[in-house]
Amino acid sequence: MIQIIQQYGIAYLAWDGYRISGLAMTLWLLVLACCIGFCLALPLAIARNSKNPLVWFPVWVFTFLFRGTPLYVQLLLIYSGIYGLEFVHNTAPLNEFFRQAINCTVLSFALNTGAYTTEIFAGAIKETSHGEVDAARAMGMSMRTMYRRIIIPSALRRALPVYSNEVILMLHATTLAFTATVPDILKVANDAYSATYDPFDSFSLAAVIYLCVSFALIFGFRRAERHFLAFLQP
Amino acid sequence: MNKMFRPVLAAVCTFGMAAAPLAVHAKPLTEIKFGVDATYPPFESLSPSGAFQGFDIDLGNAICAELKVKCVFVAQGFDGIIPALQARKFDAVLSSMTVTPDRSKQIAFSDEMYNEPTSLIVKKGSGLTPTAASLKGKTVGVESGTIQESYAKTYWAPNGVTVVSYPGQDQVYADLLSGRLDASLQDSVEADYGFVKTPKGVGFEFGGNATIDPKDVLGSYIAIGVRKDEPELLKKINEAIGKIHKSGQYKTLEAKYFAFDVYGATPEGQ
Repeated sequence: MIQIIQQYGIAYLAWDGYRISGLAMTLWLLVLACCIGFCLALPLAIARNSKNPLVWFPVWVFTFLFRGTPLYVQLLLIYSGIYGLEFVHNTAPLNEFFRQAINCTVLSFALNTGAYTTEIFAGAIKETSHGEVDAARAMGMSMRTMYRRIIIPSALRRALPVYSNEVILMLHATTLAFTATVPDILKVANDAYSATYDPFDSFSLAAVIYLCVSFALIFGFRRAERHFLAFLQP
Repeated sequence: MNKMFRPVLAAVCTFGMAAAPLAVHAKPLTEIKFGVDATYPPFESLSPSGAFQGFDIDLGNAICAELKVKCVFVAQGFDGIIPALQARKFDAVLSSMTVTPDRSKQIAFSDEMYNEPTSLIVKKGSGLTPTAASLKGKTVGVESGTIQESYAKTYWAPNGVTVVSYPGQDQVYADLLSGRLDASLQDSVEADYGFVKTPKGVGFEFGGNATIDPKDVLGSYIAIGVRKDEPELLKKINEAIGKIHKSGQYKTLEAKYFAFDVYGATPEGQ
């Protein structure tokens, strides 16, 4: 165990000698995927609640596709499948984008978490209490103002506990990154394993790191819930 | 035991011990028994009719012909092949055995038979060679956990080559085909039989063997192993290997199996 920490400690955390690896790479993937996913989910969640089928139906298809297939398959499709297409090769910007493994990985993670987050937010928007909406209407707020001031802030607060789960699941999903050659924590654990033939220590070290990150995330979200959901507390 | 026999027994023992080495020296070499793990084509395998075949077998036969002795091949699993040699089940190990410090403690090794070199696969006509200077700014794929990964990361990654590790060799080939990689580094025999000679590998060729290895990342060559107490046999085998090279027979046999130089690939600095 000590030998693995001495030899691979830095690789587990941040740097494998020539590029970012391990924990730093995992966190980078998580933050990028969750940020992009969040920005994607917010407008889509509103669209999902629209009464116009031309608006809500495409969003429904999107969330259905990405929630209905395994992330692993999505990653392979985006990393290998899309880059294998002729027209992607022939279009310079697309070629440049999909050539980089990290772009493909972040894209597939972001779309996946975006789909789940859309449904989480859409559910929260739908559950906004009628009283709040009626009050906003009575104050003469426009649809836009009502969403901006009442519905979205309220929905995001109420979605927080479910959203925190989604972020932690996303953390666990980043273990797929090495499928697309991105050197995350698990890749370093595999390296340590193949160098020392000590699977228990190599993978437990990875597990401990994931546990620490999960704990930090849970702690942060609990604090945020206590702050933002104070009005719901008994 | 009767006291009377003790001197006799002692005499017999002494004579026996003294006579044994004498007998070895006196016995002319009439045959060499080679221990072979015949599960490793194209080096050694069994033909459908049950005969030994492969590059190692051909080399073994050439050595025997050179020494004018009979060649006998004995099947033996690789994991027990050194103990079986020590137990005198055969005289030499001829089974793609790489010389390692641990094995060298147990048995003696002949001169190099061949080397499964590490080589670069590149797109036809790209002109890339396995040096940091040639590959600067390019992307090279390797399989995670292999000596080739260590090699590329040790010598190339610090010098501006992007080294990408893959979970498996198949994915390396897939990305070589998709164009994400400019080159890939792997065991040459695997590359030859698993990719270059297959229909998929049509547009690709060998860019050369990785030969610069001052830190000894790639390990040593492959040789014949014999017991340490038989320097005579080792000397004869080495002489025969030398003659096979000189007569050009080695090149002929090599060409029968490989599209690349399987001998001259020994990394420098050994």
